Amino acid sequence: MATDNRPLSPHISIYRWQISMTMSIVHRFTGMWLALGSLALVYWLIAAAAGPDVYAVARTVFGGWFGQILMWTWAFSLFYHLCNGIRHLFWDAGQGFKIRTFYITGYSVWIISCALTLLAILFAYIYGSHP
Amino acid sequence: MNFRTPLGRARGLGSAKQGTGHWLAQRLTAVALIPLTLWFVISVLIHLHADYVTVLNWLHSPAVAVSLVLLLATLYYHAYLGVQMVIEDYVHNGWLKISSLMLLKYICILLAAAGIFAVLRVAFGG
Repeated sequence: MATDNRPLSPHISIYRWQISMTMSIVHRFTGMWLALGSLALVYWLIAAAAGPDVYAVARTVFGGWFGQILMWTWAFSLFYHLCNGIRHLFWDAGQGFKIRTFYITGYSVWIISCALTLLAILFAYIYGSHP
Repeated sequence: MNFRTPLGRARGLGSAKQGTGHWLAQRLTAVALIPLTLWFVISVLIHLHADYVTVLNWLHSPAVAVSLVLLLATLYYHAYLGVQMVIEDYVHNGWLKISSLMLLKYICILLAAAGIFAVLRVAFGG
């Protein structure tokens, strides 16, 4: 049976832009990015187990500008995926499907995850300057 | 705990090859990851500028070691379920799909095992 020519869904090109589609795509994207970021966690733990020399290298990697940028993208991804994930859990419980609620929670996820990321960055650099 | 209905059990596997197992496992791990990741982020922020000895002392605490083991196991289970869905959605070539799903499973188990071993090694003072 030929299965190659079957129609695919969804046809993204015929949709008008909605916040829901962006949120869904970003949820997946942040999920993938976090899966990749878990490598950093395992690297950090292995470095800690391997001894002070290896750990010093890991600290240099994470402390460099490139490492710091990566860390903040992972921080944002985690906060976004966490907030939107909680939104998903409410849907699973049958809550939050009213259009108005849907939009309010959607924009709230963006605001809260951005705020938490900024808060974490502020904490890191202020706390860092007073070790 | 068995979530399958008696009818579902009697019928065996349907055309979807499984019932609610994947969906449920994703939710169970998601709920567990809420406290685990929040604890982890706060811990990392606190230890951001800590030296090696401080981090090692932190890892020596049984509560921290157990939490990290739980985090790694739950995280990689959840990541596996999520990436698996993405592969199933976007990779249509049969062989490529099967081999990427296999590779994904091996990588997730390898990383979880490596991470958990590292935590235990420090915790047991290796």
